Amino acid sequence: MTQLSVPPAQGAQADGGGLLPASDDPGQPPRRRRTDPRGTAGPVGRTVRIIGLIAVSVIFLYPFLWLISASFKPTQDVFDNALIPHVWQLHNYVEVWKAVPLLTWVGNSVVVTLAAAVTVTVSSAIVAFGFAYFRFPGRNVLFALVIGTMMLPSVVTMVPQYLIWNWMHLASSQVPLWAPNLFGSAFYIFLLRQFFLGLPRELFEAARVDGANYWKMFWRIAAPLCRPALIVTFIFEVQASWTDLVKPLIYLRDPKLYTVPRGLKAVLDQFGDGGEMRWEIVCAASVIVTVPMIIAFFVCQRHFTEGIATTGNKG
Amino acid sequence: MTITATGAKRRVRSAQHPERGRSRWRRRDTWAAYGFISPWIIGFLVFTAGPMIASFVLSFTNYDGIGASHSVGFANYRHLFQDPAVAKSLMNTLIFAVMRVPLSMAVALLLAMLLLRVGRASGFFRTIFYLPVMTPSVAVGILFLLLFNGNVGLINHVLGLVGLHGPAWTTDSAWIKPGLVLTSLWSVGSTVIIYLAALKNVPKDLYEAAELDGVGRWNSFRHVTFPQISGTLFFTLIVNTIASLQTFTEAYTAFFGSSNSQTYSNDAALFYVVYLFQQAFQYTHMGYASALAWLLFLVVLVITVIQAKVSKRFVYYEGDER
Repeated sequence: MTQLSVPPAQGAQADGGGLLPASDDPGQPPRRRRTDPRGTAGPVGRTVRIIGLIAVSVIFLYPFLWLISASFKPTQDVFDNALIPHVWQLHNYVEVWKAVPLLTWVGNSVVVTLAAAVTVTVSSAIVAFGFAYFRFPGRNVLFALVIGTMMLPSVVTMVPQYLIWNWMHLASSQVPLWAPNLFGSAFYIFLLRQFFLGLPRELFEAARVDGANYWKMFWRIAAPLCRPALIVTFIFEVQASWTDLVKPLIYLRDPKLYTVPRGLKAVLDQFGDGGEMRWEIVCAASVIVTVPMIIAFFVCQRHFTEGIATTGNKG
Repeated sequence: MTITATGAKRRVRSAQHPERGRSRWRRRDTWAAYGFISPWIIGFLVFTAGPMIASFVLSFTNYDGIGASHSVGFANYRHLFQDPAVAKSLMNTLIFAVMRVPLSMAVALLLAMLLLRVGRASGFFRTIFYLPVMTPSVAVGILFLLLFNGNVGLINHVLGLVGLHGPAWTTDSAWIKPGLVLTSLWSVGSTVIIYLAALKNVPKDLYEAAELDGVGRWNSFRHVTFPQISGTLFFTLIVNTIASLQTFTEAYTAFFGSSNSQTYSNDAALFYVVYLFQQAFQYTHMGYASALAWLLFLVVLVITVIQAKVSKRFVYYEGDER
């Protein structure tokens, strides 16, 4: 095992390309009897752990609370570090709302993020199924290439990709932010392939006897059975796309097309250090663009963290 | 795969004795397989392989994005060694990665182990640890500027309460990188969740065996937990290192890109990708930026190979003889 690319290829060779799970992939210890996640720690140990976790949680949550609090303060009070503002200045929100098109940015981000996440989930699943189900000439080489591209720094292809979009007259649009996802993404292909490999092959043999074609096998059998992994893929991409600044910096010129991160950077440049030094405006804008995502996350966190944990367990 | 053979159909060996009908099936399979993976093949050619070749060719030119490009031979690569900003930004990036990767892995493992045995409450804390990951990095960069402010920031305020005089995290060249490293720990949640999954997968009977042998806590961690999760640790080491070497958004948000960034920016925060981005899209030195990109690729490759070689001694795979 010298490289990341070795284990999957070896595993694939060893099982001859069936849907047998490869046992020696990185990051996935072999499956055996699992430890019970609840238990073992006695009442004392458990209390100590919970206290520790609460302390850490305060550190994790406090910046959000600080931000929300500061967003309601007058300019001179922003750094007073009081959790409850001495003077409530709700006007900050009105001001930032008037100064910049926040709603447009959030709308842009929602559209771009959904487009990016939907396309990458569907395309990666299709490709992953191709690698998991079939045995065909060149498969191991191609899959090694998939793994290889995970290690390629994105900056290597950044400039020529810009030139491609420029040549297509799309370099100042939102299209480059999601369109490459139509072709799948190496990490998700790898992840989903692992899942598809875990499905018993008999399912597909039975479907074939019933006259199902390959597309039906994928769409009706494999995809629904791997829903947790598809959800994880979707959410990972939502997170990546929602928080990305690099591509919007390269491609978006018109403030009306800005996504949330690009817009927030513009707010910082205008109102923050080197700008008007009105940090309460920056804080208000930050709250408006982060809090909805946090609420959405809390609402669907069950799918989320549990899905990720399951993904880790699958061999 | 065929529907006729039953017992042997999952064997590799059977493929070496193809029957007539079977090979027809397999040819159809091949076409279907390429159909399924065709999106990736197209994407790979258009967005990865093609651009890699283009980037390599560009790195030998002085292309500026608009005019014609002229070959300049190895001038861009020679310039890499003379440009003080390259050495500076590469050093900044390496220092950042050396501090960040081990620290974030240690913190993530500690949190994951805390989460492991707390029962139902685990889900709640997992969510809290994951919140910063869902926060746009730009907002994280803004919080860095606010909370780490040397004079009035919360961090130094808290340090002051215990009698420590905190440094000027956001302006003192010596403290900018440590400040950014500490900020990045806030977003450690995704690694925590990966470790948690790995820890849950460690077979319980191994701990029971260790307990029967009278092994203490530390030794049980060292000889049971560590080998069992070493594969995952290795995976996150590689992934976190590659990500750290490409760090951009927090530093760029806090120190670059505003109208008067010339006076404000601090070159202690000039990370490699920040410099590359400036060269490519602010000064449109696209040829030079391509050479910069290939140097980074080389650095990433060398570091990854070294890590893989060194890790080989520590990573344990079941059934692996080594």
